[in-house]
Amino acid sequence: MLDIRNAVKVFEKGTPIEHTALNNLNLHLEPGEFVTVIGSNGAGKSTLFNAVCGTFLLNRGRIFLDGQDITYLPEHVRARTIGRVFQDPMKGTAPHMTIEENLSLAHSRSTARALSFAPAKKEIALFRDRLSEFRMGLEDRMKTKVGLLSGGQRQAVTLLMCTIVPPKLLLLDEHTAALDPATAEQVMDITKKTVEAYRLTTMMITHNISQALSTGTRTVMMDEGEILFDMSGEEREKTTVDDLMRMYSTSRKKELDNDRMLLKKE
Amino acid sequence: MKLLIDSIQLGLLYGVMALGIYISFRILAVPDLTTEGSFAFGLSVSAAVTSLGHPVLALPAAMAAGAAAGAVTGFLQTRWKIHPILSGIITMSGLYSVNLSVLGGSPNLTLVRANTVFKLIPFLSKNDAKTVLPIFFALLCLGLIILFFRTHIGMCIRAVGDNEDMVRASSIHTGACKIIAFCVSNGLIALSGALIAQYQGYADISSSTGILVVGLASVIIGEAVFGRRSVTVGFISAVVGSLIYRYIIALATRYSPLPAHMLRLVSAVIVALALALPAFREHLGTARLRKGGTDDA
Ligand SMILES: Nc1ncnc2c1ncn2[C@@H]1O[C@H](COP(=O)(O)OP(=O)(O)O)[C@@H](O)[C@H]1O
Ligand SMILES: [Mg+2]
Repeated sequence: MLDIRNAVKVFEKGTPIEHTALNNLNLHLEPGEFVTVIGSNGAGKSTLFNAVCGTFLLNRGRIFLDGQDITYLPEHVRARTIGRVFQDPMKGTAPHMTIEENLSLAHSRSTARALSFAPAKKEIALFRDRLSEFRMGLEDRMKTKVGLLSGGQRQAVTLLMCTIVPPKLLLLDEHTAALDPATAEQVMDITKKTVEAYRLTTMMITHNISQALSTGTRTVMMDEGEILFDMSGEEREKTTVDDLMRMYSTSRKKELDNDRMLLKKE
Repeated sequence: MKLLIDSIQLGLLYGVMALGIYISFRILAVPDLTTEGSFAFGLSVSAAVTSLGHPVLALPAAMAAGAAAGAVTGFLQTRWKIHPILSGIITMSGLYSVNLSVLGGSPNLTLVRANTVFKLIPFLSKNDAKTVLPIFFALLCLGLIILFFRTHIGMCIRAVGDNEDMVRASSIHTGACKIIAFCVSNGLIALSGALIAQYQGYADISSSTGILVVGLASVIIGEAVFGRRSVTVGFISAVVGSLIYRYIIALATRYSPLPAHMLRLVSAVIVALALALPAFREHLGTARLRKGGTDDA
């Protein structure tokens, strides 16, 4: 579904602070795969997502999505088929607009004519249905401005905005990291259900290693712009957090930067 | 009574401009300095076309001219990435020459002998038309613009002003949304200028100086009355604000010792104070905290 070939991204090229954030990276995702991505701070995880979304162009390499070469497509065109949720709950929604307006904006990207009224009646029924699946009571607050919602509720709305028209690829960048533990769990739960129900090809960055191993179908560890480990199936099932830590330090001859990573095994 | 009727007429005509200013100032959240240029553009195109004998055609022509000016500003901002304020200033400066050429090289043009829309309405004297037409145009523009901002494209424009990143992530072309918004905004501003020219019976380019502050004052006064609520209420309040502004100005001209040429200064001070209100409040708040008060006092 997603095919990244020899991706290179260099920031501040030609200056003393030149920095290679993606170093000849290759990654291939089958349709329906749910990949969790881990790696220390500055490993290039967000940069990888930015490259796939077209926030900037690669210095070298190609990106294919569903067979189409998207390497040079502008960001807003790629956004038609790529959904993305960020860590910051403020980022994915328009705070002064209502829940239904936010959802309509995301939904109508594929269908609406510029001068048709929005949100349309049909849409609203759909939004109510989908929101009620979240069991957060949001379906009764469709005319509430999103700015008045809690962080978790905003992430739930953002997630629905990204999936209301099922995308070819869903990218989640530590989307529960800014939430309190109980809310984070609730949003994770919604995420898993949504990904499963629509069989979405998904990549999720998380700093919680045990969550990375227990969620999805495959785990990738990034470091210094490269993919260090890539595991799935039985191998992944047998791997523990400790195993991962050990593999990292033997391969890199250094300790995994663990100030932000959650190492607990739960 | 005459004072009140005059301010209603002018308040409604300038209210059309306030609608345009509300779009840039409140919805896109960038003050658009194209305003002075596009108002004068509407004024001069309307005067020129009217003096050629086409007062009705003058109105859509002026709107198209204003929309074109808005498109230029939008293009400079979104495509050439020029700072929003500078983009407006650049368009405005360029328009100065354009407007002079439209008026045949002179800064003003009289329409006393020309037929204006105010003389064209059957069964209505020119004086009555000067009340009926502003009501008609203000309500028409108000209604259309409220409807426009309930459509998909209108919603996209609102979202661009609210969270541009999110709109881009929703695969909507934010640059196009902004350009359309500037077109609509400046089209309305130019229509206001076009009507004012025919209403007054002359076009004077210098009458557009400081017009942005007048529009901002209207928007702010309106919000002082209605509060900041939905976009629909915002548009209504902009027109009402314009009416109140005109009445205050009329009273001031009539009764205050200030000469008429001081009025723009008064408007500028009003706008500055209104925009400073949040800072004043914050200052009061910290002062109270320093004195040992509590936050929830
Ligand atoms: N827009 C940018 N300009 C310059 N450097 C950047 C930019 N984005 C990321 N970087 C650098 O690239 C490296 C990888 O960053 P990032 O992908 O955000 O890491 P993470 O794996 O923590 O998400 C970091 O060293 C970061 O400072
Ligand atoms: Mg990151």
